[in-house]
Amino acid sequence: MHGVFDIVGPVMIGPSSSHTAGAVRLGLMARKILGEEAVRAEINLHGSFARTYRGHGTDKALIAGILGFAPEDERIREALQIARDHGLEFSFQTVNLEEAHPNTAVIYLVGRSGRTARVRGASVGGGNIMISNIDGYQVELTGQYPALITIHHDCPGVITRVTQILAHAAVNIAFMRVSRQNRGETAMMIMELDEEPAAAVIEECQQADNVEYAFAIPAI
Amino acid sequence: MINFNNIEELIVLAEEAGTPLHEIVIKREMQDSQKTRAEIMLSMQVNWQVMQASIERGIKNTEKSLSGLTGGDAKKLYAYRQRGYMGQEVLSAAAYAVGISEVNAVMGRIVACPTAGSCGIVPAALYAAKMERNVSDEAIVNALFTAAGIGMVIDQNASIAGAAGGCQAECGTAAGMAAAALVELAGGSPRQIGNAVALSIKNLLGLVCDPVAGLVEVPCVKRNGFAAIEAMLAADMSMAGIDSVIPVDEVIDAMNRIGKALPKSLRETSEGGLATTATAQAIEKRIYK
Repeated sequence: MHGVFDIVGPVMIGPSSSHTAGAVRLGLMARKILGEEAVRAEINLHGSFARTYRGHGTDKALIAGILGFAPEDERIREALQIARDHGLEFSFQTVNLEEAHPNTAVIYLVGRSGRTARVRGASVGGGNIMISNIDGYQVELTGQYPALITIHHDCPGVITRVTQILAHAAVNIAFMRVSRQNRGETAMMIMELDEEPAAAVIEECQQADNVEYAFAIPAI
Repeated sequence: MINFNNIEELIVLAEEAGTPLHEIVIKREMQDSQKTRAEIMLSMQVNWQVMQASIERGIKNTEKSLSGLTGGDAKKLYAYRQRGYMGQEVLSAAAYAVGISEVNAVMGRIVACPTAGSCGIVPAALYAAKMERNVSDEAIVNALFTAAGIGMVIDQNASIAGAAGGCQAECGTAAGMAAAALVELAGGSPRQIGNAVALSIKNLLGLVCDPVAGLVEVPCVKRNGFAAIEAMLAADMSMAGIDSVIPVDEVIDAMNRIGKALPKSLRETSEGGLATTATAQAIEKRIYK
């Protein structure tokens, strides 16, 4: 059963929990995955998002999230102008992704340092979201828990090492998923945690053998 | 461990403990979220403040929505409130509900209750009680937990999403929640609360979700006004001693079965009903040209 504040709440900017509040959270998640300020955003919208995004302000909501605004931030309605003022270039395209959830967005971001992220996710109702793909890796990420993500070499021992680091820091893993593109190449591991990992813990994971990149995403 | 899987269990827990219904919902939330009572009460107080701010903004609102379909009607109704058939308290409640929904449509700040599309109903009914009957904010914050408990059960045993169950799931649930809160504020028993929820939801069973151009505006904004009044009548009927023949949990089950029987075209897809009228299609063409 959901909690009290899933029913009376959240505080949000209208008009739609799925097409506005959920869209802010999708943008925010993409921004957190990029890990730095974005200078370019190319966004593809599918299904109901593609059909009604202007009337629901879904475009403003996604850009607001990419700017780092929360779903209750009253600047959301001005987000497109704020983005232009901040030098964030953006474009929207409508696409048909066949079987995808009707409220799906694919967000491609380029950050200030040139780093990129391609995040696919859906707004699944009531402002809740599900990120299904990050840079080609299949994932399941809701943003309800802080997450630790590693990009690592697909070989034995990496998972043990990283989970050991978390165990030593007394951080409990609530949900976990490992995915790879090809055997022996790079893999991605996502651990949703009961508490946010300290910077030192992330750093230790980053230093672990065969880990290319480790980063944390706070709950949103 | 406090837990309830239907309204009857929630009522019995309150009856056995000899406490108001909101006390059971608060205790369950403390247990489930591992938060203190003070933290939980504070979160609900914040929600109530945001609700009140959205009402005050709504009854003054003259701004049109992005589509231009709504905006300014709450102000008209509020100005008319002393001259109508329904009397000031009822017309104020309707104006509040329409106003919150207009604020939602202009990308203003609201509290989803249980959804954004139905966000006007519960706060409007409670604010009318505050303004016309001097009900305290503290009592209203408590009553919001009662409303939440009702919504939690409906969410679990039926649905609160228009895409899944039609408008009955959104505005029907909100009206049930509002009726529950009003009965508690009027000093009704947990059983009278359950009865008001049943009466309220029964009257909105089968309500479809067919929004014009896919937007949370037509018929949603004005419907919030109607549903707020409907909740007040359900609360009054229950307080007058009128019983629902069908018990509340069976009504919720009926809502669930009706939602499943609704065709997809009437569940928020805008492929049927009002959304496919000639006028709606002309509007859609204009907005998305």
